[in-house]
Amino acid sequence: MGDTAFGFVDCDVHPAAPDMKALVPYLDDYWRETVVTRGIDGLELSSFPPGAKAHGRPDWRPDIGGKPGSSLDLMRANLLGPFDTRFAILNCMHGALAQAVNDWIAAEWLDKEPRLRASIVVPAQDPHLAAEEIERRAGDRRFVQVLMLVSHDMPLGKRHYWPIYAAAEKHGLPVAIHAGSGYRQPTTANGWPSYFVEDYVAQSASFQNQLLSLVAEGVFAKHPGLKVVLTESGFTWLPSWTWRANKTWRGVRRETPWVDRPPSEIVAEHVRFTLQPTDEPPEPALFERVVDQMGSDALLLFSTDYPHWHFDEDRALPQGLSASLVAKIARDNPLATYPRLREEGLRETVQ
Amino acid sequence: MSVDTLDRPRDGAATGAQAKLSVIDCDIHPMLRSPKSLHPFLSTRWRDFVDSYGPHTRLPFLGSPAYPKATPALSRRDSWPPNGGPPGSDLDFMREQHLDPNGVEYGILQVLYPAVKDQRNLEFAAALARAVNDWQVEEWARPEPRLKASISLPCEDPEAAVAEIERRAGDKHFAQIFLTARTSEPLGRKRYWPIFEAAARHGIPIGIHSGGANGVPLTPGGWHSFYIEDHFGNAVAMQTALASIVFEGVLERWPDLKIVAVEAGFGWVPTWTWRMDRQWARFRDEVPHVAHPPSTYIKRNIWFSTQPIEETDRRRDLRDTLDWVGYDRIVFATDYPHWDFDDPRYAFKVALTEDQQRRIFTANARAVYGLA
Repeated sequence: MGDTAFGFVDCDVHPAAPDMKALVPYLDDYWRETVVTRGIDGLELSSFPPGAKAHGRPDWRPDIGGKPGSSLDLMRANLLGPFDTRFAILNCMHGALAQAVNDWIAAEWLDKEPRLRASIVVPAQDPHLAAEEIERRAGDRRFVQVLMLVSHDMPLGKRHYWPIYAAAEKHGLPVAIHAGSGYRQPTTANGWPSYFVEDYVAQSASFQNQLLSLVAEGVFAKHPGLKVVLTESGFTWLPSWTWRANKTWRGVRRETPWVDRPPSEIVAEHVRFTLQPTDEPPEPALFERVVDQMGSDALLLFSTDYPHWHFDEDRALPQGLSASLVAKIARDNPLATYPRLREEGLRETVQ
Repeated sequence: MSVDTLDRPRDGAATGAQAKLSVIDCDIHPMLRSPKSLHPFLSTRWRDFVDSYGPHTRLPFLGSPAYPKATPALSRRDSWPPNGGPPGSDLDFMREQHLDPNGVEYGILQVLYPAVKDQRNLEFAAALARAVNDWQVEEWARPEPRLKASISLPCEDPEAAVAEIERRAGDKHFAQIFLTARTSEPLGRKRYWPIFEAAARHGIPIGIHSGGANGVPLTPGGWHSFYIEDHFGNAVAMQTALASIVFEGVLERWPDLKIVAVEAGFGWVPTWTWRMDRQWARFRDEVPHVAHPPSTYIKRNIWFSTQPIEETDRRRDLRDTLDWVGYDRIVFATDYPHWDFDDPRYAFKVALTEDQQRRIFTANARAVYGLA
């Protein structure tokens, strides 16, 4: 990047709790008793089986076993050092017990490593509780965004979720929408596919639909300050999304009069995309063209998706990016997207 | 775009237009003049069933789609036949409005309604398939040699579907098999393999049209709210249907199969292919039966119809996309008489060379469908 002194802002890093025991100290009496007496454990998403090579890069796995992403020391050795990480945003993909997960992240990760930041895990199925959790965390400036799952109960533009967006907007927190499914619906419009690879490829199909849901339902008209970060979404699909969405909107725009400009303009103002996985073309020259088709150099945010395996060695940056674009992706765009990363003299805990 | 939002004069020099049009239109929708139009082709039992009950799918309303379309009967406002009946139901008017002025050398019929494959009663689906296929021949393909029928199938009952394929194989009125992207299970799954086997054995191409009422939410995040999402999401559903066919190994097992993706555009094809290739490499141990990168099969076995064609702000972007998909993979379609009809004179916002034009408008489809 142009100015390497600053380092990279990694906008998608996954810590894993080794098991439920790690979370138990952060649960209240009711939930502690519940998880113990009912034997609740294993709340990682089925869509990301930790044993699969794709979801734990072989050379980043703990030698002593255990889940990829569960060791802070390994994260320092494999990620934060070699990738010149200025900040890394932790997206914890545990599917429940949001309060405890957030407390655990603060205590076990953020308190121990000043380069780390985190997303607020919320129970999106109850948007009012989710908004309460956002209120509870918002004072801790190390939590820099809110985390939601791309495929769950309902399309994310629905009014059901608006209390979450209101709380996020109020506190200047972008909302990250991350790949993965709660398996509440089949992972494709064609039903349940057979293979993990199909589920994974189809993540970007879900993102395409969710992006249009956010636009069509008027989320950004209602919340003009809201930023959404599509995370682990892929992004090379954006140009064709734009061509189709703009054209269809022109044809049927009377249906959604609150969408008062082409979807592409709304996306350019409100939506950002993390870098990995990059659905790279066979030739780097084509990649430059796709980035050019995206119409803006402000859309991409650097990410490794650690410990998932999308690239070898330290080649997190796809070929075909100019030095100036690398600087935007690695530093300028994340800083523009996350106001809290720009705050000087950030204390470890504010509350 | 729909005819009532055309934003520029129709009489200017249009890019992509031909002095004398010659088009193979891969997506024309004929309609029943009335619900009783199939009666001559149904047994007494099923005639009575139609009169008493009618279609039974997974859609909530009798007279309206769950997501009302942009226009009545989802059709061009000028496509209602002067002699009555819904758009697409009058052959003479179709000739006058579409086949003659648009230089349609051949038109591939795709029957969306009644929704044969979406019937929950599988016996009715089989009876309906047979009737719809007879009706296409008698009312359309026989009287009008430019029109070619598509074999509708009760595809959720593969045994009955194969029987229907056997019944029609060799009948030159049929150009292809008609399926839709949204089946009860992803289309590449094993339950549908007898259909692929029969298609491959007879050398019949398979057209996969966007849509289908399979009862599964259109998005993996649940049911959407608006028609704009419905229109868009059905194009996305084509991506996942084709991914299923690729990753299940269908095109490895039947390497000569020809598949035409209809009414999903093609702008998404390059980046979708890159994504599949990348993930195939990463998950190869899960799908060892897929011997080659997905792009190999896509470039060998799958064609994409143009409509609704992507409209880019910059012409260069459409040019790039066409280059990446390949001029040998794209076939032209209008979707007549539907509201989002693409006019062959105006659809392409970039100039095509004579050779590219010939491939897209006629030669590719002629080869895929084996037309004279």
